[in-house]
Amino acid sequence: MFGRDEKVSEIRLTAAQYIILGIFLVLAYGLWKLQVMESGYYSSAAEKNRVRNVPVLAPRGKILDREGRTIVDNYPSFTALLLRDSSRDLVADADLISQGLHLDPNEVRARIRHFASMPQYQPIFLKEDITPDELQFIEAHRNELPELDTIMSHRRLYPRNGFMAHLIGYVGEVSEDMLNQPQFELYNAGDVVGISGVERQYNTLLMGTNGSRQALVDSHGREVGRLGETEAVPGKPLKLTIDIDLQIAAEEALGDKNGAIVAMDPNTGEILAMVSRPTFDPNDFAVHVSRDQWNKLVTDPDKPLLNKAIQAQLAPGSTFKIIMSFAGWQDGIARNLHVHCNGSADFYGRNSKCWVYFKHLTHGDVDLEKAIYQSCDVFFYTLADKLGIEKIAKYATQLGLGQKTGIDLPQEASGLIPSEEWKAKTFHQKWYAGETIFVGIGQGAVTVTPVQLARAISAISMGGRLVVPHVINPTDLPSNYTEAAHFTDVTSVPLDPSGWNYITDAMGRVLLPEGTAPRAHIDGIDIAGKTGSAQVVSLENRAKHKDNTDLAQNGWFVGFTPRRNPDVVVCVLFQGGEHGKLAANVATQVIKAYVDKQRKTPQKMVEKPKPNGTVDIGGLWSEPNSDGSNDKLQGGRFVLDLPKKPLAAAIAAPGMHQ
Amino acid sequence: MARYVSYRDFDWVLLGFVLLICGLGVMEIHSATVHTKFAGAHVKQIYWVLAGVGAMFVMSLVNYQVLLDQIHWFYIAGVASLMAVLLFGQRYLGAKRWIHMPGGNHFQPSEWVKLILILAVAKYFADMRQRELSWSDFMKAGAIVGVPMLMVLAQPDLGTALTYVPIAVMGVFLGGLQWKQGLTVALLAGIGIGAVFTVPRVHVLKSYQKQRLTSFIDPELDPQGSGYQVEQSKIAVGSGGLWGGKGSQTHGNFLPVPQTDFIFAAFSEEHGFVGALGVLLLYFIVLMRLTQNAQTAPDRAGTFVVMGVVAVLSFHILVNVGMVVGFMPVTGIPLPLMSYGGSSVLFMFLALGMVMNVRMRRFVN
Repeated sequence: MFGRDEKVSEIRLTAAQYIILGIFLVLAYGLWKLQVMESGYYSSAAEKNRVRNVPVLAPRGKILDREGRTIVDNYPSFTALLLRDSSRDLVADADLISQGLHLDPNEVRARIRHFASMPQYQPIFLKEDITPDELQFIEAHRNELPELDTIMSHRRLYPRNGFMAHLIGYVGEVSEDMLNQPQFELYNAGDVVGISGVERQYNTLLMGTNGSRQALVDSHGREVGRLGETEAVPGKPLKLTIDIDLQIAAEEALGDKNGAIVAMDPNTGEILAMVSRPTFDPNDFAVHVSRDQWNKLVTDPDKPLLNKAIQAQLAPGSTFKIIMSFAGWQDGIARNLHVHCNGSADFYGRNSKCWVYFKHLTHGDVDLEKAIYQSCDVFFYTLADKLGIEKIAKYATQLGLGQKTGIDLPQEASGLIPSEEWKAKTFHQKWYAGETIFVGIGQGAVTVTPVQLARAISAISMGGRLVVPHVINPTDLPSNYTEAAHFTDVTSVPLDPSGWNYITDAMGRVLLPEGTAPRAHIDGIDIAGKTGSAQVVSLENRAKHKDNTDLAQNGWFVGFTPRRNPDVVVCVLFQGGEHGKLAANVATQVIKAYVDKQRKTPQKMVEKPKPNGTVDIGGLWSEPNSDGSNDKLQGGRFVLDLPKKPLAAAIAAPGMHQ
Repeated sequence: MARYVSYRDFDWVLLGFVLLICGLGVMEIHSATVHTKFAGAHVKQIYWVLAGVGAMFVMSLVNYQVLLDQIHWFYIAGVASLMAVLLFGQRYLGAKRWIHMPGGNHFQPSEWVKLILILAVAKYFADMRQRELSWSDFMKAGAIVGVPMLMVLAQPDLGTALTYVPIAVMGVFLGGLQWKQGLTVALLAGIGIGAVFTVPRVHVLKSYQKQRLTSFIDPELDPQGSGYQVEQSKIAVGSGGLWGGKGSQTHGNFLPVPQTDFIFAAFSEEHGFVGALGVLLLYFIVLMRLTQNAQTAPDRAGTFVVMGVVAVLSFHILVNVGMVVGFMPVTGIPLPLMSYGGSSVLFMFLALGMVMNVRMRRFVN
């Protein structure tokens, strides 16, 4: 027992002191370990926290027309996102956010809940390619809604309504498949590359080289400063041989019709205009194409994604008679051939009809000239029979048919010129002489693409000068771009000058009253050409099913002006157009636009770009998808800079008036 | 019995060191918050320190023996206030810890209960009549601390509840703990802690506590959760090196709450091993000075009161600095005198006031 004043054990107090000393020694050791022994590791960890390598995207090169007018440009596009590592109650803010961004609040809340289990640093992508007023909303609510942020990327701004869509093509993220191909091996997943058209063909030039920036960031990933930067090398602008004025004329001339137009300078092979219908809006791909939209494009029987100017392989119909005339002239058979047309003729036990048979008419006595401007089938049956398939194939091949023209666009089709060898190889069958008869009028197995036909006919109009069609002038390309070297190649196809005069003169009469397309005649312009109506089924069957538009004949017209050494060749394919004279009307509109421009009476001129480099072409990009999916963007690269000034509400569109 | 109390006997040296630590704290609060929405917090902290010094003087005037005589009333009031928190408390970040007071202030009863427990434990052991602790004394002392501790755990506030433990431990240790008892308790505690760590599914701890504890075992498993905080703290401390650095962890907002729980990490990043060791040395001097005051206390009760304060202060330093260097889990225990916050500052100065109280009466008998 002891009293109140008994002291506490001195030993235990001293022990307490030593325990405290021990604690402090342990803590001091902890500091020593971190700050002295492992300081290097933690310093670099702090550096890694603080410094982040942000890719600086190289803007893709513009695409210009032959006069330097902008066709395709870039625009800054903003994606709205929610930062989840802020202390804000995201669900509570969902209403205001949805209102400002025009989203469904329930969907936004569902997305927030869906992300609840993901790491905090992963933001939620709310909406791609937001409109200027939505961007304004975010900027105006920086304080109230600090969790709402944007990232910027450059997107392609294409002419709207599918203007020139096939030729230009579109860009997209490089796919797994593409990464395995040697031409794309240098790219990384997420890189945006050209998928089709010129965008794909000249991707290496357009793409430029991305730079990188060492950014100082805070724990929210917000940039608070920068250390250094390797500048991006912007993609090179690409000047096409396309003339926007002529392109507009061609787009308007074809309108809503299915088909294609190729306008080419026969002296050089420069493509002046190229149209394919139906078309698609590549701006839909620039943001995020929905599965529905994509499926619709891919399954559409009219194949809107196909560039028919280089990919449609169809029977050339009567336009092939010019090739036959060339073959017959060079062979000598056609020069003095006279055939009597009764509306039909018998070959190899089969009565083959001329197109006038169905009008209960005959052509009577026909020579080569009349056979061309009247498009007499019986004459060309006879000529084909006399020439035989091997000679036809030889001369057609000389004019570049049945092979790719070498145009600088991806996925060109080669068409087909049948021969004995081809049939033996493909069907293991002998060629029957009766088949040759129909090849003579561009039917049967023979198929061509519009660009092939334009090239072949242009060679005849030029007296045998066969050029390589191309959409880029090789002198506008870097000298080390060897793929363009063959663009200036010219092949001299042997064509007797008298034959040249004879055939082109005959073609000049096609648009005269005695020809097959007199209504396409334009006073004051010397247009030579040839109509064609290619059967989808036999004429007899067609007569039985008059109302089935799927069986309607394809109309063709290849025309040029002037009739010898022309300045322009235009090939029109009008699918389901029934008769070549309708295609001729389309073609002569394009030729007229060309001639008018040459004579300085332009119908529609597009303004030259302003010297300060502002965008003078493009259009309103389509309403972004509201399904809010963001799988496209997440793999992409973007810069985190926010420009200070808001976007212009809209950018003027070129020529495509509605 | 002559009663003579003089400020000559006030421990000015102790106060000097304490204010030095507070000054470093204010400096660091300023540095850590100057570019954030908490800018200006250091000025508020200065007001809290000044208020604390005032409270300390007031506290030193009331004879601690009077307080000890009335301790049962204080104890009842303390438990009642904890009950009030559970019933009417403000819920914030998933826990009820505060009572909303008129005038917009928040009152956190668990802090002042700490003071009451120091006094209650001191009173219990001062009145004990034998040298060696019986199991029944052991249990009673445990109950005095255990009841409020369970109530704080229910808030839930694991950190503050844990700070009650050292009061009991120190009392029991100085009150005559026998080796047998010590070993038994240590063994039981070891098994308990082991169970918590190895069986994360036990429902004793709240999920946020389990998460904190499991992420402590391997912070890299959960870089953005609680483990993220420990990892960022270690990076902050480590990148400070020997002499300190730019403080990118603190100013880049990577270090969580650098002005409160992680202020020592912020200080270590900016002032390096030398600076951090200096602060530890200051705390050590304060603790040694306190222990010296305990030895010169006029009676057993005085010694227990001072040593209770020593126990709480040491525990805070151990857990907070231990957390900052990655030895301890994140429990939300601030570093006394340095961390920003009124409750913590006021508690420390009131506790120091009791120490002064004891010291000023050392020659009074």
